[in-house]
Amino acid sequence: MHIVVCIKQVPDSAQIRVHPVTNTIMRQGVPAIVNPYDLYSLEEALRLKDRYGGRVTVLSMGPPQAETALRKAISFGADEAILVTDRAFAGSDTLATSYALASAIRQIEKDIPVDLVFAGKQTIDGDTAQVGPGIAKRLDMRLLTYISKIRELDALHGTITVERRAEGGVQVLKTKLPCLVTVLEGTNEMRFATMNNMFRAARYPLKVWNKESAGIEDLTKIGLKGSPTIVSKVFAPSPKAVKAEIIDTESNQPKDLVVTLLAKLFTKKPDLAHDIAKNAP
Amino acid sequence: MAEKFDAIVVGAGPSGNAAAYTLAKSGLKVLQIERGEYPGSKNVQGAILYSDALERIIPDFREDAPLERHIVEQQMWILDDESYVGSTYRSAEFNKPPYNRYTIIRAQFDKWFSKKVQDAGALLICETTVSNLLLDKNRVIGIQTDREGGAIYADIVILADGVNSLLAKKAGFHPELNAGDVALAVKEIHFLPQNLVEERFNIDDEEGVVIEMVGKITQGMMGTGFLYTNKESVTIGVGCMLSDFKQQKTTPYMLLEQMKAHPAIKPLLAGSEMKEYTAHLIPEGGYKAIPKIFGDGWMMVGDAAMFVNAVHREGSNLAMTSGRLAAETVIELAKQGREMTEANLSLYREKLDDSFILKDLKKYKDLPGILHKNPQFFTTYPELVNRAAHSMLTVDGIDKKTKELEIRRSFLKKRSLFGLIGDAFKMWRAFE
Amino acid sequence: MSETTEPRKPARKKVELDPKLARYKGVWVFVEHERGQVHPVSWELMGEGRKLADKLGVELAGVVMGAPGEDTRTFCHQAMHHGADLCYLIADEVLRDYRNEPFTKGMTDLVNTWQPEILLIGATTLGRDLAGSVATTLKTGLTADCTELAIDMENRSLAATRPTFGGSLLCTIVTLNYRPQMATVRPRVMAMPKRDESRTGRIVEHPLGMIETAIITKVLEYIPDNLQGKPQLAFADIIVSGGRGMKKQENFQRIWDLAKVLGAEVGATRPIVQAGWVEADRQVGQSGKTVRPKLYIAAGISGAIQHRVGMEDSDVIIAINSDPNAPIFDFATYGIVGNAMVIVPALTDAFRQHLSTSRMAG
Ligand SMILES: Cc1cc2nc3c(=O)[nH]c(=O)nc-3n(C[C@H](O)[C@H](O)[C@H](O)COP(=O)(O)OP(=O)(O)OC[C@H]3O[C@@H](n4cnc5c(N)ncnc54)[C@H](O)[C@@H]3O)c2cc1C
Ligand SMILES: Cc1cc2nc3c(=O)[nH]c(=O)nc-3n(C[C@H](O)[C@H](O)[C@H](O)COP(=O)(O)OP(=O)(O)OC[C@H]3O[C@@H](n4cnc5c(N)ncnc54)[C@H](O)[C@@H]3O)c2cc1C
Ligand SMILES: Nc1ncnc2c1ncn2[C@@H]1O[C@H](COP(=O)(O)O)[C@@H](O)[C@H]1O
Repeated sequence: MHIVVCIKQVPDSAQIRVHPVTNTIMRQGVPAIVNPYDLYSLEEALRLKDRYGGRVTVLSMGPPQAETALRKAISFGADEAILVTDRAFAGSDTLATSYALASAIRQIEKDIPVDLVFAGKQTIDGDTAQVGPGIAKRLDMRLLTYISKIRELDALHGTITVERRAEGGVQVLKTKLPCLVTVLEGTNEMRFATMNNMFRAARYPLKVWNKESAGIEDLTKIGLKGSPTIVSKVFAPSPKAVKAEIIDTESNQPKDLVVTLLAKLFTKKPDLAHDIAKNAP
Repeated sequence: MAEKFDAIVVGAGPSGNAAAYTLAKSGLKVLQIERGEYPGSKNVQGAILYSDALERIIPDFREDAPLERHIVEQQMWILDDESYVGSTYRSAEFNKPPYNRYTIIRAQFDKWFSKKVQDAGALLICETTVSNLLLDKNRVIGIQTDREGGAIYADIVILADGVNSLLAKKAGFHPELNAGDVALAVKEIHFLPQNLVEERFNIDDEEGVVIEMVGKITQGMMGTGFLYTNKESVTIGVGCMLSDFKQQKTTPYMLLEQMKAHPAIKPLLAGSEMKEYTAHLIPEGGYKAIPKIFGDGWMMVGDAAMFVNAVHREGSNLAMTSGRLAAETVIELAKQGREMTEANLSLYREKLDDSFILKDLKKYKDLPGILHKNPQFFTTYPELVNRAAHSMLTVDGIDKKTKELEIRRSFLKKRSLFGLIGDAFKMWRAFE
Repeated sequence: MSETTEPRKPARKKVELDPKLARYKGVWVFVEHERGQVHPVSWELMGEGRKLADKLGVELAGVVMGAPGEDTRTFCHQAMHHGADLCYLIADEVLRDYRNEPFTKGMTDLVNTWQPEILLIGATTLGRDLAGSVATTLKTGLTADCTELAIDMENRSLAATRPTFGGSLLCTIVTLNYRPQMATVRPRVMAMPKRDESRTGRIVEHPLGMIETAIITKVLEYIPDNLQGKPQLAFADIIVSGGRGMKKQENFQRIWDLAKVLGAEVGATRPIVQAGWVEADRQVGQSGKTVRPKLYIAAGISGAIQHRVGMEDSDVIIAINSDPNAPIFDFATYGIVGNAMVIVPALTDAFRQHLSTSRMAG
């Protein structure tokens, strides 16, 4: 079983600030982390490896610093890590990214065939959830998104049975390998790396690929050129003009406050009284 | 399978990095363990970097270290509730390279330093906490980490794990930290656009200002406040003895809030956005509080060894220097094929005695005690000094002589002439 | 979208569209349905699509894919009631359940045949799965999770605005030289249009051209949520949400009590979900659900941007927070500055009282 896991290094968006004057993102000092959703995928892949044997290769496209994310993956137990990095990729949108990653996976396949590709549900910076499906289409693999459980993997017959989160329920799907899986958050919990794997990660000779080694054939499909979407404007959300009406009574007793509140509420929204009556048990 | 190294350094702050760098550079097999996500991720410092200590380790550090601004001006403020009396020293000398002091941001600086350490050949493992020292009778033979398969061996373990070294405590090398020997400091980094920083502090690109503060801002507790300019931000903080906080039942956070609201400080921060809030201990016990700093198979450097000069707000330079000296000790012993026994490691103590570290700490050995027993340095005097200045500078028809008399009287009212002379003498003795 | 948030090219510049692409005309909305029910997001998008189509002076079409039978035809008519001029329909047994392969084929075939300029899809699990696949197959741009759609008339292009970097900024994205221009929008972000049963239009049927044996993925089972009592936050009329200001899990019971009296759903902020006080399905916000109830009661919630983007379009927001400077008061309708531990139970009593008197009254 050979599994490729796509991981992306992202700025920890919890710590991102917008420059109060220029309205641009202040990235300086914001720590870079492995996209949290990718960790669920990685852990699921590692569990498959634990159960069925085989190897896990992690793949990332990004700047040289993304090395840290890949080493982290090695510390958790991945066998190989490949960083695809080249100035030519700068400005890639999801279409261009999926092209580059798919192309790199084809290169990986030249050594050992790939049975499964894992991607995160989405990233916390791009937030699109498009790259995973994009890679699947480009590699002509079956696509299984929002997977909450891998019920069974039949290595002999090359099939996989999964539970997939649909809007109103859970679909149980069975399909053939090779396929691409994105994993729902909360499906598992990332393991704590062992000391041996920490050593391995610190010493691991990372594979770094440029556009040639990643097998990019068509330069018009990567970077800005290969990206149909164009960011035309970035701006801060306009603050809402009207602030809350603060309920204020003479006594400040909770009871008075809420009675005043309800009176105001039902005067403003008479329908609400009806809705509440309808809803209430 | 357990690995064996020539040396293990616990911690990747300035002291640990200095030690690991020096050791690795000499060709020894070095492992460094850091519990933070990356070096500097949790470390706190004001932060002023003193060039000399680093220069002796990495002579060309200025080429790529993340330095914010070099200091061209130092101010000292004595504050009461409404005002301050201050002195300023600014010199064109400070504007001539190589510069002597810089402001830095530790998260970035530590990362940079660590990169140098790794480039020198040391193996760094982060997000891993050293939970115990491995002992063979009294001799430290390695470490145990919080990870599965965590035992690792080495000829020497250098404890660079910062103030309140839990490892030293666990191994019985340290007693419990005395609350009177540590200060608790809080600090915030406030974002301000570069042009505003430069306008407000009257500085050019790359120039920086330091403001040290004493007085009512610490509400009678022994401590100081500080404000430094970075490239695109201002650092502000205050620290007081932990024992005082306990007694006064106030929190460092409240102290900092009040300080920021001070009429002299508020306008300097106006319109800024807080980027970071951190709290950290500073070992300020001085010479008398230094614990045992080496033994069979181990040495202690930096804050762990209490190497901080509180009077001059120096710490990182003592940390780096002690780290270097510890490493040089190991290198010398290794070259001579001598074991890392307590007796042989006394060479480290000799090196420290010869350096500014122990010389300076000895010089101020009485100061912490004096300041602690005389709260008037932090309350009454700042108030009086400010009142005096106010009186002299207010033009109100009263002649200066009368004013002088009144000022003298108010000083004497608060404290007898004898007391004043005594205080002055105490200070003089402590600084001598 | 690209992760570069700095504008790359001035989009204001007029761009000459490739004549081949200029042929692409019309706005499409994918009508998502599951188990005999159309997902409301499709109608919300239909309302938005109508505005875009009118601005461009083109037709608005629904796209329905599903098993042959009454249901799918009904969905086509409903699409028209919600604003569509026509509806494309692929009815085939293999489309009974959603599966990526046949749906991607159906949608790309339709697009290649009828050439719409804009294609809108709900940002549901189904919609995102489909949109990403279709956009890659068609090699066109796709903008995810938009909160605002407009037409830049100069280029006749779709200007899709979406939050970026966790909602701290917004960016507007255009797809100039590719067609169709695709976008997904989350449920409850756009307003539900008024239904007009008198509207009619034509249905254009299209064959799928795929047989079951050619589809590798099989649906073995479907386990509906409603049998498992899963919360349905996105569609609740009233939501009572609690945040970290509730301090302890025991205190959260007060939120449940109020919700019970109101027949409301319970929501929460991310820290509450992470602490495990409530299920993940109850998280409101950027990485949780977007909700648009008639009444949203927020107790002990600061109103961080990531939470705000998920609930600020609620009709009425009542905020209870002990900190008068809490950001939630910047956009709530009513605010009570006070201790939620006391105010929430008081509210529960007051609503209970109100309900019993109004019931007695008739
Ligand atoms: C608010 C404040 C302002 C200051 N201002 C200045 C200033 O302006 N100039 C100056 O020179 N000094 C200043 N200092 C002092 C200076 O920060 C310290 O003296 C210096 O950081 C000490 O370095 P160190 O390497 O000994 O310890 P630290 O920097 O504390 O590093 C210790 C490292 O060890 C790691 N560690 C701890 N335990 C373990 C474990 N069990 N396993 C693995 N890793 C572990 C920690 O994560 C940390 O990275 C200031 C201090 C404070 C708090
Ligand atoms: C990528 C990313 C995605 C995120 N997604 C989401 C998301 O989907 N949803 C979400 O909610 N968050 C999300 N967050 C987290 C978000 O940034 C905030 O941290 C979170 O919303 C804060 O939750 P809170 O309001 O409960 O807690 P706090 O911000 O801690 O606020 C608690 C509030 O309670 C008030 N309070 C305290 N005591 C009382 C009392 N006794 N009575 C009344 N009021 C009291 C306080 O004044 C304070 O305003 C996300 C963050 C990131 C980085
Ligand atoms: N640059 C990248 N390198 C590797 N994987 C990526 C990259 N960008 C996106 N991915 C994968 O695609 C998933 C979805 O990303 P997105 O479409 O940006 O939300 C991520 O969780 C990753 O698994």
